[in-house]
Amino acid sequence: MLIKKIILPSDDNRWKLINATMKRHGYQPNSLIETLHTVQETFGYLDEISLKFVALTLKVPLSSVYGVATFYNFFNLKPQGKHTCVVCLGTACYIKGTNVIAEEIKKEFKLSMGKTTESGNLSLLSARCLGACGIAPAIVIDGEVHGNVSVEKTLEVLRRHENDN
Amino acid sequence: MIIEELIEYAQKLHLREKTGKHEVKVCSAAGCLSLKSEAVADELRKKIAELGIEEEVSVKPVGCLGLCSKGPLVTIDSGNRVYQNVKPEDANLIIEKAKTDPQSETDKFFTRQQKIVLENSGQVDPEKIHDYILRDGYKALHDVLEMTPQEVIDEVTISGLRGRGGAGYPTGLKWNTVAKTGNIKKYVICNADEGDPGAFMDRSLLEGDPHRVLEGMAIAAYAVGADEGYVYCRAEYPLAIKRLKNAVKQAERAGVLGKNIFGTTFSFTVDLRIGAGAFVCGEETALIASIEGKRGQPRPRPPYPAEVGLWGSPTLINNVETYGNIAPILRNGGEWYAAIGTEKSKGTKVFALAGKIVNTGLIEIPMGISLREVIYDIGGGIPDGKKFKAVQTGGPSGGCIPEQFLDKPVDYESLSELGSIMGSGGMIIMDETSCMVDVAKYFLDFTKDESCGKCVPCRVGTVQLYNILDRITKGTGTMEDLDELDDLCDLVKNTSLCGLGQAAPNPVLSTIQYFRDEYIAHIVDKKCPAGVCKFHTHAETGKSEVII
Ligand SMILES: Cc1cc2nc3c(=O)[nH]c(=O)nc-3n(C[C@H](O)[C@H](O)[C@H](O)COP(=O)(O)O)c2cc1C
Ligand code: FES
Repeated sequence: MLIKKIILPSDDNRWKLINATMKRHGYQPNSLIETLHTVQETFGYLDEISLKFVALTLKVPLSSVYGVATFYNFFNLKPQGKHTCVVCLGTACYIKGTNVIAEEIKKEFKLSMGKTTESGNLSLLSARCLGACGIAPAIVIDGEVHGNVSVEKTLEVLRRHENDN
Repeated sequence: MIIEELIEYAQKLHLREKTGKHEVKVCSAAGCLSLKSEAVADELRKKIAELGIEEEVSVKPVGCLGLCSKGPLVTIDSGNRVYQNVKPEDANLIIEKAKTDPQSETDKFFTRQQKIVLENSGQVDPEKIHDYILRDGYKALHDVLEMTPQEVIDEVTISGLRGRGGAGYPTGLKWNTVAKTGNIKKYVICNADEGDPGAFMDRSLLEGDPHRVLEGMAIAAYAVGADEGYVYCRAEYPLAIKRLKNAVKQAERAGVLGKNIFGTTFSFTVDLRIGAGAFVCGEETALIASIEGKRGQPRPRPPYPAEVGLWGSPTLINNVETYGNIAPILRNGGEWYAAIGTEKSKGTKVFALAGKIVNTGLIEIPMGISLREVIYDIGGGIPDGKKFKAVQTGGPSGGCIPEQFLDKPVDYESLSELGSIMGSGGMIIMDETSCMVDVAKYFLDFTKDESCGKCVPCRVGTVQLYNILDRITKGTGTMEDLDELDDLCDLVKNTSLCGLGQAAPNPVLSTIQYFRDEYIAHIVDKKCPAGVCKFHTHAETGKSEVII
């Protein structure tokens, strides 16, 4: 059996986590999505270095890795702000007005979907249903789901986050 | 191992965990958790310790109790009243109720339901296998291993169970196809992608009773001759993923998953794969591509996955809720299940009630009861004195059903006749403040974004449909646009590669059929009857314009 020498992109220990995922799957090309999940969990997003590293290690063409990374909405190719706000635009939330909440956030913070404020403090994202439709309208701020939200309450919390130094 | 040993194992685990005579069950599903149900549980524990009544009353975190809009929810022992909007301050009161005679439930939301799939949800602690075992868990699997695979399939066929993932394909028939492929490597997949926005049935089952799904998968694997399984769960459900992982580990430890299950030659392992936010990955061939680590693009069928599936092997793929029905069917017999529901739609169905309805949450009803009963008796009607306008079923692949059909029964055939579909179980209620053109546009915005781009009718057609709807909602649509919508819908429906494109026109077709006057109001009168779409007329040209 061929023994593989894996060269990590730097001595940042976090690369070991990425390698561990690939190793657990026997460096099979089909572990690509699992590996990208680990990269995103570890670094917060997928940058060029990590995509290249994963491509090389799993022996998947870089174009395919890029293809997969861009196909799935869950993967970010850019870093996120210090705080993130995910507005659910699923049907139940839409019917209860999350599109209005999203518009107000965009207006107040001069943002568009998927973008981060200049300060780097706040990113605005959207999701298509969090499975929390029973408490719609729902948003996620920094990973925590909030149900039955209002425009005012949301803006108030986000203002605090945006001015967080 | 025999079943008695398994029960003994569970009892040992149960004893180790000191429980009181009465159990106060606190909902720990995602909805109630985000309404801070954990604080309620903590306060209850604290109070019980202070009073020193641990032997009398104990606290147990459980899965979804159903009435999400009134969370945090708490219930005492089995089948008793569900306390709503509970706050930590209410701890003393709840403890008092638990000690005295607990009252029984009278709320129609609970009494009109019939629970089979969700019978354990809200009763067992989803993180503890012994709780499941002590409620007849894994007994069906044990008994099944003494039957022949064909006998198991026959029982499922007799039950009349149909796939709960949307299409309603007879489950027994599918199992038979996979079983017949011979003695080769096969896989079993559980579709937990639950992509329809507004649906959270699968999530609740996975979070509330994960072992039920695993048991169903193991029985299926035995019946079709598979030894490896995957659960493909969407990444948006971290709690479900966590509980599933935990459940798999516990099941392996208890010997009900893994090698030589119950001491027989049957082995079955389950692994998890996490989706990455693509709606089309719920489609079975796309899902398989995704497990293989590729872009989730569907391929033409046939061959069906039952013959050529994961890594080219025959693969059984069923929905979470479908698997959730299996253990009770095998425990009570196919005939028992077939006696529930209607002629062609057997058993119960779980629905997620959401939108403009008083009781939002999770319900399970026998097939065949009317939409009106679901919306008014169980759902409690429309809030704020508003008027009902439509109920949307089937997500982006379904349609909007108006008031005049509310007495139709909920079953596969009736809903399709109405131009919608049963779908996976999302039911979104809309009142007079929703604009039906805007709703159609909303769904096309969704399908155009989620189209994988492989086939032209879907990739281009959904964008065209969206553009026309967008024009209409902005007051610049014409009557020709309406005809164009009809033609385009026909084209996309009939020529798309997979179910995503084939069903994408449904929201447009059903709203044109039932709410044509709203379309005409937008086009001719430049008015949105619901007041959602905003136009304003240009002072000089008289042409309408949108206010941004
Ligand atoms: C675009 C599209 C999305 C789908 N999404 C799901 C889904 O999220 N969950 C699911 O169980 N089935 C989904 N399906 C249906 C699956 O392809 C498949 O029919 C189902 O998993 C089979 O299981 P069942 O027979 O138990 O229903 C989807 C189909 C299409 C065309
Ligand atoms: S639609 Fe927002 S959580 Fe489901």
